Amino acid sequence: MRTRYVLLTIAAAVAAAGLLLVVTPATAQAPAYRAPRAPDGRPDLNGIWQALNTAHWDIEPHAAGPSVVRELGTLSAVPGGLGVVDGDVIPYRPEALAARDENRANLLRRDPVIKCYLPGVPRGMYMPFPFQIIQSQQHIMIVHEYAGAVRTIYMDNHTEAPADSWMGWSNGHWDGDTLVVDTTGFNGMTWFDRAGNFHSDALHVVERITARSPETLLYEVTIEDPNVFTRPWQMSMPLYRRVEENAQILEFRCVEFVEDLIYGHLRKPASQ
Amino acid sequence: MHHRSFASARILAAMMAVGFMTIAPVAGQGPSAAASAAQAAEQPYTAPRTPDGQPDLQGFWTNQTYTRLERPDSVTTPFYTEEEVAAIEGRAATRESAQTEPGTIPDVHYDFTQFGLDRSQSTFARNLRTSLIVDPPNGKLPPVTAEGQRRAAEVAAARERRGGRWDAAENNQLDDRCIMMAGVGPPMLNTGYNSTYQIVQAPGYVMILVEMIHDARVIPLSAVGREPPPEAVRHWLGASRGRWEGETLVVETTNFNGKNPLRGSSDKMRVIERFTRVAEDTIMYRFTVEDEATWETPWTAEMPMRQIGGPIFEHACHEGNYGLYNTLVGARLEEQQAAEEAARPGRD
Repeated sequence: MRTRYVLLTIAAAVAAAGLLLVVTPATAQAPAYRAPRAPDGRPDLNGIWQALNTAHWDIEPHAAGPSVVRELGTLSAVPGGLGVVDGDVIPYRPEALAARDENRANLLRRDPVIKCYLPGVPRGMYMPFPFQIIQSQQHIMIVHEYAGAVRTIYMDNHTEAPADSWMGWSNGHWDGDTLVVDTTGFNGMTWFDRAGNFHSDALHVVERITARSPETLLYEVTIEDPNVFTRPWQMSMPLYRRVEENAQILEFRCVEFVEDLIYGHLRKPASQ
Repeated sequence: MHHRSFASARILAAMMAVGFMTIAPVAGQGPSAAASAAQAAEQPYTAPRTPDGQPDLQGFWTNQTYTRLERPDSVTTPFYTEEEVAAIEGRAATRESAQTEPGTIPDVHYDFTQFGLDRSQSTFARNLRTSLIVDPPNGKLPPVTAEGQRRAAEVAAARERRGGRWDAAENNQLDDRCIMMAGVGPPMLNTGYNSTYQIVQAPGYVMILVEMIHDARVIPLSAVGREPPPEAVRHWLGASRGRWEGETLVVETTNFNGKNPLRGSSDKMRVIERFTRVAEDTIMYRFTVEDEATWETPWTAEMPMRQIGGPIFEHACHEGNYGLYNTLVGARLEEQQAAEEAARPGRD
C-alpha cells in the first residue's frame, strides 16, 4: 500500500514537472542546434518550408473523418492527427466554443479559405502549400504559395498596424537564435483550420521560429485573444525544408478557381 | 499638394548615361565612345552592397508616371523639355484632382482624390521621355505579325460571343475580378494608382512585392542554378530567373499562361528586365519584350523607379470585392424589373 502511494506521488510529481516543462516558455526547450549564419551574422532561415501534419484540417487531436462533400469521397476526407495544440484542447470561452461548433457544422459556407481568401496567421504557415522565407536585415518576407499570400516582418521601425488586415501587421526581433514575430492588427475574418477553430480581431500572435536541424525549423506559436479564449495557449510543430533541387514557389492564384462558387448564382440566365 | 520632385540635372544626365550604356551589351557590341565619354564625365553611381555583396536595390519604389508606353502621334522628339513636362503634369493634375460630383455614379464608385490615389497626390517618377518605348526609335510598338493579327481577331470574336460585361463575373476585366492588375506584368508598367513595389534581397534571391493584389515575384538568381520550370507549368506572372551583370539585375521571364496579354502578346512572350540603381533614390528600369508570335521585332522601354518611404499595406482585392458582386446583383435586378415592366397589363 505504502509503496504504491509513494509511486503515485512520484508519478504525480513527474507529471507536474512534465506539465511545467510544457508550459515553460519555448526558449527552455529550444534545440541546441546552431544554424548556419546569414551574411549579416543572424541564423539563416532562408528557404522554402512546409508543414507535414494535419493542422490544416484540425489543430486539435482528431480521428479521421469523411469529406463534407459527398461527391469527393476520399479526395477531401480528413486524415486523423494528434494535433499541434499544447495540452490538446483550445481553452475557448463557453459561448465561443458554441460558435466554433456552429462553424464546424457550416464549413462549406463559412471557411474563408474555401473562397480563396487570405489565410491569416498562423494558418498560412501549416496549410499544405510551401512558403518561402526571404530574410534581409530590415525586412523578412514570408511568401506563401497559397493565394499568393505574403507578409512583411518589420525588423526595425516597429509600428502599430495602420489598419486591420487579413495577414495582420508583423514586427520581428531576434531573441538569441530565435526569430520572434509579434503580429496584431487582424480583421477577425480568418480561421485557424478547416475545423471551425476561430478568433476575433483582438487576436495577438507571437511566433518563435528556430532552426532545429539543417532541414527543419521549430515553429512555436502563442495565441492570445481574450474575446474568444480564457487564457493564452500555444501550438508547436516542426516545419520541413523542401529539399528538392528545383524547389520553388509556384503560382496558386485561386481567385479564378472560386469565381463560379462566389458569383455563379448571379450569372445572367440563358435566354428563355 | 502636388509632388514636384524635380530631379537634378546631374541625376538626369546619369540616368541618360546608363540608358546609353545598357544598349551596348544588349546589341552585343563593345561600349561606344559616347558611352565611355559619358561614363568618364559622370562618375556613375555605385549602389551600396547587401551583406552578401549584391548591389542593394532594397526598399520601396514607385514607377508612377504620366509618360505613355507609346509616343503620341503629334510628338516627334524623344524628350520633352522641362517646361513641356511641367505643363503636361499640370494639366493632368488639374484633371485628376477634380472632385467628382456628389450623388453621381463616378462619385458612388469612388473618388480617387479622396484616398490620395490620384497621381497628382502621390509621388511619381518624373520622366522627360515622350514615350516609355525607346526602341523602336519612333517610340511605337513594332508592327504586329500576321499570327498576332489573327490571334487578336480571335480574342475579339470570343469577347463578342461571351456576352455583355455584366452577364457573368468572368466577362469582366482581370482587375475588376481581382485576379491581377493589367500593368503588373512583368514587365511592370504602372497601374494608374498604387504603382508601388518593395524589393527585398537575400542570398540567391530577389523578391519584388507588387502592391496591387500583393503579387510577390520571387526571383531565383543564377547562382542558385535553376532553370525555368517545365513548359507545362505556366503562370499569370510567368516564371522569372535573375542574374547580376555588374551593377544591373537582369531578370528573364518566360512560362506565361497567356491569359493576361500585354498589348496582344502571346504565351510565348519572353521579357528581359534590367534594374540599375543610378542614384540613391532612383532605379532605372528597362525592359525588352520578345514575342515572335506577336511582333515583327522585339521592343524595349525604359522608365525610372523613384524611392518612396513605404511601407506597403495589404491589398486584399478579392476579399473586398463587393463591387463585382453588387454590380452583378444590380444587373440581375434591372433585368427582373424590365421583365416585370414588360409583363404589366395595360401596356401595349
